[in-house]
Amino acid sequence: MRLAAERIDWTIHGHKLLDDVSLVVEPGETFGLIGPNGSGKTTLLRVLAGLRKPKIGRVLVDGLPMNRMRRRDIAQSISFVEQQAETLDRIEVREAVALGRTPFLSPLRSWSDQDDAIVSQALDDVGMHHLAGRLWHTLSGGERQRVHIARALAQQPRVLLLDEPTNHLDIRHQLSILQLVRQLPVTVVIALHDLNQAMDCDRIGVMDAGRLVDIGTPRQVLTAERLRRTFGVHVDILDDPIDHSRIMRFRNAV
Amino acid sequence: MNLAIALRSPARFRWHWAWLTPLILFIAVMAGTAIGETSISMETILKVLANRLWGAGYAVDRIDAGIIWSYRLSRAILAASCGAGLALAGVVLQALLRNPLADPFLMGISAGASTGAVAVTITGIGAGAVTLSLGAFAGAGLAFGLVVLLAHAANSGTGGDRGTQAAGAIILAGIAGSQLFNALTAFIIAKSASAEQARGIMFWLLGNLSGVRWNDVILGLPAALGGLLICLWYRRALDAFTFGADSAASMGISVRKVRGILITAMALVTAVMVSMVGAIGFVGLVIPHAMRFLVGSRHTRLVPASALAGAVFLIGSDILSRILVPGQVLPIGVVTSLIGAPAFAMILVRGTRVR
Ligand SMILES: Nc1ncnc2c1ncn2[C@@H]1O[C@H](COP(=O)(O)OP(=O)(O)O)[C@@H](O)[C@H]1O
Ligand SMILES: [Mg+2]
Repeated sequence: MRLAAERIDWTIHGHKLLDDVSLVVEPGETFGLIGPNGSGKTTLLRVLAGLRKPKIGRVLVDGLPMNRMRRRDIAQSISFVEQQAETLDRIEVREAVALGRTPFLSPLRSWSDQDDAIVSQALDDVGMHHLAGRLWHTLSGGERQRVHIARALAQQPRVLLLDEPTNHLDIRHQLSILQLVRQLPVTVVIALHDLNQAMDCDRIGVMDAGRLVDIGTPRQVLTAERLRRTFGVHVDILDDPIDHSRIMRFRNAV
Repeated sequence: MNLAIALRSPARFRWHWAWLTPLILFIAVMAGTAIGETSISMETILKVLANRLWGAGYAVDRIDAGIIWSYRLSRAILAASCGAGLALAGVVLQALLRNPLADPFLMGISAGASTGAVAVTITGIGAGAVTLSLGAFAGAGLAFGLVVLLAHAANSGTGGDRGTQAAGAIILAGIAGSQLFNALTAFIIAKSASAEQARGIMFWLLGNLSGVRWNDVILGLPAALGGLLICLWYRRALDAFTFGADSAASMGISVRKVRGILITAMALVTAVMVSMVGAIGFVGLVIPHAMRFLVGSRHTRLVPASALAGAVFLIGSDILSRILVPGQVLPIGVVTSLIGAPAFAMILVRGTRVR
């Protein structure tokens, strides 16, 4: 599914959080979103998810303007993993993942064996099957994050939006989640903190103060000059002798 | 706590438990009808019911028949309706506002109802044409409207994401509205009520089922059933709010619409109940929490469980209010809290010990 943003502005209380942002994410592509704290990554993802309706500019889903789609229809094709979402409810992991089926159920169409199978698969995908019966408040931060990802997968989306999903994860699960996300035959937009992880995306966009200042393949975008200007760090870009991928070594703040 | 585990476990809890619901309700209503200052045998009750419903023509004592049919039965059914309605309102508000302290009176409804009731009984607004109930209902509606307007106006003044903001605005507006109407009530009482009138109002505010007749049931029962149907219809939407309003929206819930419908419906149910029997506290706040411990927080189970528990709890409280102090009827709100608080404390302590 192709997701496009056209000249989006988002202003709140006189602060421009998104400034003339346009991008097109092709079907099946994994698109990384990077930028310093407060540059507008979360805000852009919320707009792409349809949670914020921009007054200027529009979002197109396979060419169809999102503001003409019903909430339920949007949710049947786009799922969103928030940077953080907590609850005080005593709910089990499986129940939390089952929420992902909401857009496909109705008051009269009840839970089916197929829904059960989809939820089980999603739990498997994030390696949480063994914790399916655990209560939410007993999970670690990384486990909660994986449950949210499983919930988004249970939505069987064609576009998956992820807001810094690897933040609380240990290194093994960071890699396995990123690997999973890249393998999925869906369009992915993922905000990332770790620039070395962004290297594995098909393309990346760089946010800075609400503007999308650069867009392209990781090699085109992640240059020493860009990292100095946008992130304020001096970096050495090294060549991995094993597979000739690029590695960034951060020297010091500018 | 084995019961709690058995009830919560998805594998073991199935709909075949559902047949218990009418049975439990029936037993509770029968108990509410049988127990009182003069206790009446189950046989007599069943005979009177048969006479009334099928014209069976059993010979029964006319006074007993009168007490059963005209007083106790209608009272028990209305108690059940109120308990169910208030518990459901609590479930919905706690789920939508993501706040465990939310209760049916949060939206200024009880405060507005008391102002309306006081305005009618003490200042004589409506010149006798308006009953206390009608005054209370109008007051509740007015207060709710004001709170909603205020919440809209204040929507961006509080912190958090957009859903949290709206919930925060509703809670703060509810507090402001409640305070305003409570102050109005106090003002009217202080200015013009006699001590006798003030006592009567106090009693009414704490809940009072003694004046209940069938015409109250005709309003209260459909309100409770309607509330139950709406909650069941939106049970998945209520679940979807688990991780907040944004998360619900990303799973296809039209947050504004659903929140508007559910909050308005529950405000209406609450206003109907309060205007008939006063502001009975505790049920709407605590029954939902107690049921979350027993059946979990998924609304497919929580909604029917809370409705049933609220109904049974209020019938029980009403019975106790009649027999606890011989020769005197306690305000039911006093009983709900006196019995409910320790019971809830027990559930709380034992529930946490399980894990
Ligand atoms: N509701 C809001 N009101 C005012 N400013 C906001 C609001 N939400 C976010 N911001 C600001 O918008 C900017 C972008 O935020 P965000 O999109 O969360 O950045 P990122 O995800 O890239 O760290 C930040 O400076 C943040 O402080
Ligand atoms: Mg962010």
